[in-house]
Amino acid sequence: MHIKEGLKERHTLSVTVTNEPGVLARIAGMFTARGYNIESLTVADITEDDSISRITIVTAGTPAVIEQVVAQLDRMVPVHKVTDLTLLGDHVERELALVKVAGTGDHRIEALRLAEVFRANVVDTTISSFVFEVTGASTKIDRFVELMKEIGLVEVARTGIVAMARGKEAI
Amino acid sequence: MPKEQSGANILVEALCDLGVEVIFGYPGGAVLPIYDALFQQKRIRHILVRHEQAATHAAEGYARATGKPGVVLVTSGPGATNAVTGITDALMDSIPMVVITGQVATHLIGSDAFQEADTVGITRHCTKHNYLVKSPETLGNVIHEAFHIATTGRPGPVVVDIPKDVQVATAPYKKPGTINHASYRPQIKGDIKLIEAAVEMLAAAERPILYTGGGIINSGPAASQILRELARITGAPVTSTLMGLGAYPASGEAWLGMLGMHGTYEANWAMNQADLIVCLGARFDDRVTGRLDAFAPKAKKIHVDIDRSSMNKTVRVDLPIVGDVGHVMEDMVKVWKARQHTKADLSAWWTQIDEWRAKKSLSYPPSTTEIMPQAAVQALWNATHKKNPIITTEVGQHQMWAAQHFHFESPNKWLTSGGLGTMGYGLPAAIGAQLGNPNALVIDIAGEASIQMNIQELATATQYRLPVKIFILNNEYMGMVRQWQELTYSSRYSESYSDALPDFVKLGEAYGWKGIRIETPDQLESGIAEMLAYDGPVIVDCLVAKVANCFPMIPSGASHVEMILADDQVSGELDDEAKALV
Ligand SMILES: Cc1ncc(C[n+]2csc(CCOP(=O)(O)OP(=O)(O)O)c2C)c(N)n1
Ligand SMILES: [Mg+2]
Repeated sequence: MHIKEGLKERHTLSVTVTNEPGVLARIAGMFTARGYNIESLTVADITEDDSISRITIVTAGTPAVIEQVVAQLDRMVPVHKVTDLTLLGDHVERELALVKVAGTGDHRIEALRLAEVFRANVVDTTISSFVFEVTGASTKIDRFVELMKEIGLVEVARTGIVAMARGKEAI
Repeated sequence: MPKEQSGANILVEALCDLGVEVIFGYPGGAVLPIYDALFQQKRIRHILVRHEQAATHAAEGYARATGKPGVVLVTSGPGATNAVTGITDALMDSIPMVVITGQVATHLIGSDAFQEADTVGITRHCTKHNYLVKSPETLGNVIHEAFHIATTGRPGPVVVDIPKDVQVATAPYKKPGTINHASYRPQIKGDIKLIEAAVEMLAAAERPILYTGGGIINSGPAASQILRELARITGAPVTSTLMGLGAYPASGEAWLGMLGMHGTYEANWAMNQADLIVCLGARFDDRVTGRLDAFAPKAKKIHVDIDRSSMNKTVRVDLPIVGDVGHVMEDMVKVWKARQHTKADLSAWWTQIDEWRAKKSLSYPPSTTEIMPQAAVQALWNATHKKNPIITTEVGQHQMWAAQHFHFESPNKWLTSGGLGTMGYGLPAAIGAQLGNPNALVIDIAGEASIQMNIQELATATQYRLPVKIFILNNEYMGMVRQWQELTYSSRYSESYSDALPDFVKLGEAYGWKGIRIETPDQLESGIAEMLAYDGPVIVDCLVAKVANCFPMIPSGASHVEMILADDQVSGELDDEAKALV
């Protein structure tokens, strides 16, 4: 016997929640409990009084699973609103990464040249290394990291995706 | 400014303000301040169980039988972990319950202190919501909010974890006004446009069926009344899940019996052949649908549920209506009448249904030498149904036989563990139900294996002079397990024999109960009569046929129409796909 799986889609969800202890565990735990994927999850409070956090979750699943994910999030007590940005259509997604590259001589020059192409900023430097800050779509960061491997990639830290619908309305 | 009082007193005050009359609990170090506060008041009655799991099931039984939330109080660590099974049970069956757990003092949390357990962590995914209360100032509001969440929307268990220092520290308490929660707003009324569409679909259907569930019981007695009205004006047949029994009377004309794995032939065939299924407060559980890709292939589906996540979870529906099923049915009836729809001519449909009914799928091979378990349930029904009893069950064949052969006329009379299927539910649930209905006849229809899982509760019934009855269908097997082994594993009865059984009569007597043994068919009626005549708790050990099977049965992985009706259709071994399903 073999276990079957359906075709998956990638969706970016924006979830606003009451900023209370355990809320992240509640949400992340719901994903594991129900066997849903989390590809990326970011969270930070977005109100002056720290009362509401905005969570951006990238998940993958069949359309039926995605519909369930949204409904399961929506029924949780501290959840205010769930928006499926992918379903909504037009939205922007951005990610930030810090990329440490070590090397000397030509490698240094090549690293800086590539950083310029990717509009990455140098945020730390030593005689033999740089830390670059690069922002953009995840695919852009992937490509930057890939190129840096050839030059002397040491380590990468990524924030995960934050996302927002285009246009003048709030979600 | 109201006067300052201890957290423990705030808790008691808040519970009184919420109308709590009974708490099921068990003391321990981390709840001593609360127990002391309870000692010094008279408004709330505390029922001392013998195991925290039983406290949760008793609270469930109380809730299911009265419609009020069940309240539990347990200590930290083992008290809380022992309660987890009942909390999960309440989540699965949507039972309103508030569980107060003690916790070590706030400065000790996280230090592996004595009897510390991460109660909010452990119960996060088996509660509707949970709280760790960090100051007495917030305690009162949290308790009120916990009850609000437990009892509204889709009901469920809520845990409130209270550290010991919060129980001792003082703060003012004032009863809060109506709760206006920032993010939790269950939808009660259904969208009227969708309801109108549903009514038109119902009016146009040729082979409609109302598939009802526990949501109707949860919505309150009025929902059961309006269901009867809906069935009457539409002329549609009615079936129900295990959890919904009693919402529509078993003596009603439109009643097809329970559907699903052990449902009737007519109910399952009607689901399979219907052109419209109106799901009312049920959730297309796997025990109901059988094989999903063969489920109700001809039917359009309307789903009314208060929980949006129930929509399209397992079965895609054509018309989802989110709202309280009682309110939605009321609107459906109103729209139906306003549009002057009359009962459609469903005579062809009913003729077909009568053919299925003629199969008499609940019949079983009679015996003159052994008591057939089905006959025992029937005898019990004959002797008691005029008293409108409350029936609880354990889990297994006896539970299904009770569901099939005990006929319920009204809601809140049938208390069983459906979603989680928890052996050990029935006795504590009967205790809870009896406390909520002191004058009712309450019977736990039990199996000899299940009853041993919370047998210690015999003492609780004795202590509070609760005249509950236990009727054990003793087949000396974990019968349901044995039945599956017979069907799936060529009768290799691995560990399903109930060996070393206690003498239940003597066991009952040791706890101050009356014990009765029924061994032969001719003793059945008199034994039941003796049980009913006794003014106090009675345990009946009814020895039944040992290897009887529960039919009809839809084997797991099969469709509604692949129902097995009798032993001779039982195959010896199933394939791996079927073996992998529960
Ligand atoms: C706590 C728990 N453990 C295990 C099971 C699995 N199980 C389901 S039915 C059953 C046998 C029950 O035997 P008994 O109470 O004698 O009832 P019968 O089926 O014989 O009527 C078992 C072990 C369960 N439902 N609950
Ligand atoms: Mg048994």
